[in-house]
Amino acid sequence: MNVNSFLALSRAFPRGKNRLVCHAWHLGKQALRVQQRRTIRTHSRSLAYAKDLFLGQINKAEVFPYPEIGSDELEEVKQFVAPVEKFFNEEVDSAKIDREAKIPAETLNGLKELGLFGIMIPEEYGGLGLSNTMYARLNEIIALDGSIAVTLAAHQAIGLKGILIAGNEAQKKKYLPKLASGEHIAAFCLTEPGSGSDAASIQTLATLSEDGKHYLINGSKFWISNGGFADIMTVFARTAVEVDGVKKDKITAFIVEKAFGGISSGKPEDKLGIRGSYTCEVSFDNVPVPVENVIGEVGGGFKVAMNILNSGRFSMGSSCAGMIKKLMELTSEYAVSRKQFNRSLSEFGMIQEKFALMAINAFVMESMAYLTAGMMDRPGVPDCSLEAAMVKVFSSEGGWICCSEALQVLGGLGYTKNYPFERYVRDCRILPIFEGTNEILRMYVALTGMQYAGKVLTGKIKEMKKGNIFMAVNMAGKKLRTSLGASVDLGLTGKDGVVHPSLEESAKKLEQNVNLFGMTVESLLYRYGKSIVDEQLVLKRVADVLINLYAMTAVLSRASRSISIGLRNHDHEVLLANTFCNDAFFKNNYSMVQLQKHSPENNDASIKKIAQAVLENRSYICSHPLERTF
Amino acid sequence: MSGRVLVGVKRVIDYAVKIRVKPDNTGVVTDGVKHSMNPFCEIAVEEAVKLKEKKLVKEVVAVSCGPQQSQETIRTALAMGADRGIHVEVSGNDYETLGPLQVSKIMAALAKKEDAQIIILGKQAIDDDCNQTGQMTAALLDWPQGTFASEVTLDGDKIKVVREIDGGLETIKINTPAVLTADLRLNTPRYATLPNIMKAKKKKIANVKPADLGVNLTSKLEVLRVEDPPQRQAGMKVETVEDLVGKLKESGKV
Repeated sequence: MNVNSFLALSRAFPRGKNRLVCHAWHLGKQALRVQQRRTIRTHSRSLAYAKDLFLGQINKAEVFPYPEIGSDELEEVKQFVAPVEKFFNEEVDSAKIDREAKIPAETLNGLKELGLFGIMIPEEYGGLGLSNTMYARLNEIIALDGSIAVTLAAHQAIGLKGILIAGNEAQKKKYLPKLASGEHIAAFCLTEPGSGSDAASIQTLATLSEDGKHYLINGSKFWISNGGFADIMTVFARTAVEVDGVKKDKITAFIVEKAFGGISSGKPEDKLGIRGSYTCEVSFDNVPVPVENVIGEVGGGFKVAMNILNSGRFSMGSSCAGMIKKLMELTSEYAVSRKQFNRSLSEFGMIQEKFALMAINAFVMESMAYLTAGMMDRPGVPDCSLEAAMVKVFSSEGGWICCSEALQVLGGLGYTKNYPFERYVRDCRILPIFEGTNEILRMYVALTGMQYAGKVLTGKIKEMKKGNIFMAVNMAGKKLRTSLGASVDLGLTGKDGVVHPSLEESAKKLEQNVNLFGMTVESLLYRYGKSIVDEQLVLKRVADVLINLYAMTAVLSRASRSISIGLRNHDHEVLLANTFCNDAFFKNNYSMVQLQKHSPENNDASIKKIAQAVLENRSYICSHPLERTF
Repeated sequence: MSGRVLVGVKRVIDYAVKIRVKPDNTGVVTDGVKHSMNPFCEIAVEEAVKLKEKKLVKEVVAVSCGPQQSQETIRTALAMGADRGIHVEVSGNDYETLGPLQVSKIMAALAKKEDAQIIILGKQAIDDDCNQTGQMTAALLDWPQGTFASEVTLDGDKIKVVREIDGGLETIKINTPAVLTADLRLNTPRYATLPNIMKAKKKKIANVKPADLGVNLTSKLEVLRVEDPPQRQAGMKVETVEDLVGKLKESGKV
């Protein structure tokens, strides 16, 4: 019997509490559990938390309780934070860096001496050997100057990361010590003029020499941070490989030293923001690279690139949170003292809203960033690429909006260069663009999750086709229960609950959202099948809902812990968590309503038509309103 | 000569923090407020470490009196280059009433116990602005003192100190052992770099109780009330000097 027609039948009898269904439902549930266990065991590297949301399930153990660090580590973190804060307050003149589009040598030296060039490099190679969590904490302070943050990130979060995570012992011994001290600076060379988001299409070529001892790299790279003065570069180029006897062109990652010769760089780009960061074109002309400098396997470069990028993304959450917290201090001083209409600005609702927005955003970003960092620091190296991408999307857009609102509070003053707000706004604009554009990351997050859900569902459907009637009945039973209005209980509250009772309302909202999300994902898969890859506006909404769900999970986990251990001001955290969850709950519901079949709230078809007309004409096509026909 | 320098470091509310008075006017709010090493103590530590780097002294010992959190301040001193630390545990009520007299008794006792050659302190703390501990310590030990030092030079078994005084600069030569207090222009303290903080983890901090040193902590002072400075009143403009004198006489100031 065709599954769909069976489901259609079940829908036709909404009130039919068939005894047979109930009994079969229980057996089906058992079968489902067995099915799930089988599916999970076939995963080679377990994806962390987000994937299960696509099935309408919350994997409590991954995200509750909120990750903690030992008191020794916390002591250490506090010790580290003090001198870095002092340095940034006293020695970093951000206005000057922005004006002259250059980071002064003394400032760079100070950063090197502080040890900030080797934060995650292990101690045995001369670095600080700190965890992802500590790295995120230090980034809260480093982010106070955008140019410095990007220069350091280009060096260690991506530039030398390849050697760190995929390099062999010899490469690490040779290159990491000087990179840790800052004597050598690293850069990441992947993007080309013709290949930005489509990284797999790069054209730089690496040809093996006749004696087989080295590769010759030819090509040019674009938008390379630290490109003008980097000593060690991670370069990605196409190499000829043989796969099952077929000659193919695959990407390989190389460690290239400037000293190898043949490398030239262009002049620095004149950018809107992060002007102190040196971004330029880098050209490779027959650059000889010894074969020992291949990172990982020949032909395995794309994976190396993705792993590098995935591992650094999460820190954007803490960077943006640090920046927003600073902005809140600066802005609130002004709002409290400035008076108009005989009242201080802080008494007006629309101004208060901006501060609430900043507080909520900072809270969510912190919660997501440290939850993700905590997951990544767990032994077993779980794949947190989805979570990291979600943190990046939320933080980049939230940061941009908060900077803009902070500037708005100061009105005309905020618009001048006498105050740092305009610089923060300009520096923030790059965040939704680099390290993977938010558009690409939304697609990645939505598709990866749907692929996972698709596999599980296909597994279920296969079982049904085999004649496993229990599977079909189980799915029917599920639809029955939901249409009968059974309440959703995913285990967050109640007897085995992990969320604190003060947050019960919000936890219930999260559970409802997750349940509806699982069903929405299922119906989308049935409706579109494989062609969902091309439905970007659908995937965008899926991604947006998912990001909100992860954010809600993070704030509930964090706030629960704060209440349970009695952190200072935990009641304010409860307020922030509940406010955010309430807001996100309704936004999610609206997005999911738009994803229903033939939803009147959905304007996608019209949007596509408008875009098509405009792009065909390469301009606005309406006649001018003043035009006449006679 | 032992070649040992004792440096006193005090944990105070960070200089950048806006101080708020407690609602019951018994003191200022310290809970949850950012604390750091007293800036003049940083200068003292820097001077001691410089002397060690010039090989004029052999060991720098950082001392702090206070609760558990004082250890963070000692760790910062260790990260700046001190060799080891001594934490004199003082907490609760004793800590509330801890003042220059008690601290100087402790420093004097430690100087004898550790056989110190030089004691360097900050000229004053930015929370109580007492400017007494250095002077009292020297008196208790009957040692010479070089206070408000803006330049220190070791010369054999004597120390040449340039002092910043109201009239300008005064240069004196004192015998060792001696007590010095650091003024603002003595040096520019180095940053505790992260690699040094990690190295400092291996350095030892000894725990000592005031009773072990035979020091009585009872204070002869009692804080009656703490309040904000009065709000600045608007000024008045007058036309002539006679008006000014008249107004001053009116308000009883003359």
